[in-house]
Amino acid sequence: MVLSAADKSNVKAVFSKIGGHADEYGADALERMFVTYPQTKTYFPHFDLGKGSAQVKGHGKKVAGALVEAVNHIDDLAGALSKLSDLHAQKLRVDPVNFKLLGQCFLVTVATRNPSLLTPEVHASLDKFLCAVGTVLTAKYR
Amino acid sequence: MVHWSAEEKQLIAGIWGRVSVEECGAEALARWVQLQTCPSPARGHWGSFHLSASLPRLLIVYPWTQRFFASFGNLSSPTAIIGNPKVRAHGKKVLTSFGEAIKNLDNLKGTYSKLSELHCEKLHVDPENFRLLGDILVIVLAAHFTKDFTPACQATWQKLVGVVAHALARKYH
Repeated sequence: MVLSAADKSNVKAVFSKIGGHADEYGADALERMFVTYPQTKTYFPHFDLGKGSAQVKGHGKKVAGALVEAVNHIDDLAGALSKLSDLHAQKLRVDPVNFKLLGQCFLVTVATRNPSLLTPEVHASLDKFLCAVGTVLTAKYR
Repeated sequence: MVHWSAEEKQLIAGIWGRVSVEECGAEALARWVQLQTCPSPARGHWGSFHLSASLPRLLIVYPWTQRFFASFGNLSSPTAIIGNPKVRAHGKKVLTSFGEAIKNLDNLKGTYSKLSELHCEKLHVDPENFRLLGDILVIVLAAHFTKDFTPACQATWQKLVGVVAHALARKYH
């Protein structure tokens, strides 16, 4: 799937609006994912996953940072996420199905915090972008 | 059989109760149509997060789903899709059926048995599409209820849409 110019513009607009709150969005999406899809917790046996967990907040910040980085290099996602792609392939090996789950939760987070952003067209673009990120992160799995 | 805790039933009824009040009535529908055609900052985003907008949103976000609606007329743009009366009518049908499911949480298999056969034998719809629509519905609810759509709420509704999708796929052969 290819991101059109309009998609890129829509995604940049979303993240521009989210601005400095990206970390909170990341943490919120993770919290939602752990509650909604409990099987995703299996990747974090070493974490305290209780409400307000500092570890989840910290990890949310990491995830958000990676998404922001991807948006800033949206013309070359593979390049921008190359190191993370290696990490997921060699060390983390998160099953590919889980990226869709986190993507859904990120969309829900945006919907609850900034509903006016999520017109159908922007929703489509953001969903495409999140799918593309997941694809890059799992590209080197085999 | 799927088990629903008291809390889950409460989260479902609570959300659906608030939604249903707004969904019903010609006035609500007319207002929805008006909002689609005359966007205004003053009116806010309310219109596009009406539950019956879930089906048009599905057709826009996952355009390949339009394959099932070739006879519905103009689907050439998001505006066309949102304004398409056949799409809107079908969206209402889907939501009404969902309402039935919520009244029969303890017998979703029975509730959807005939519809499952229909979607397999007559409509030839890949069950993956039910999951896609379910995800869209959750996002529309999230945008509608914002901070009230807590993680627990989301979890319950994702479970519900998943179970409905499963029930709809059950009679496939």
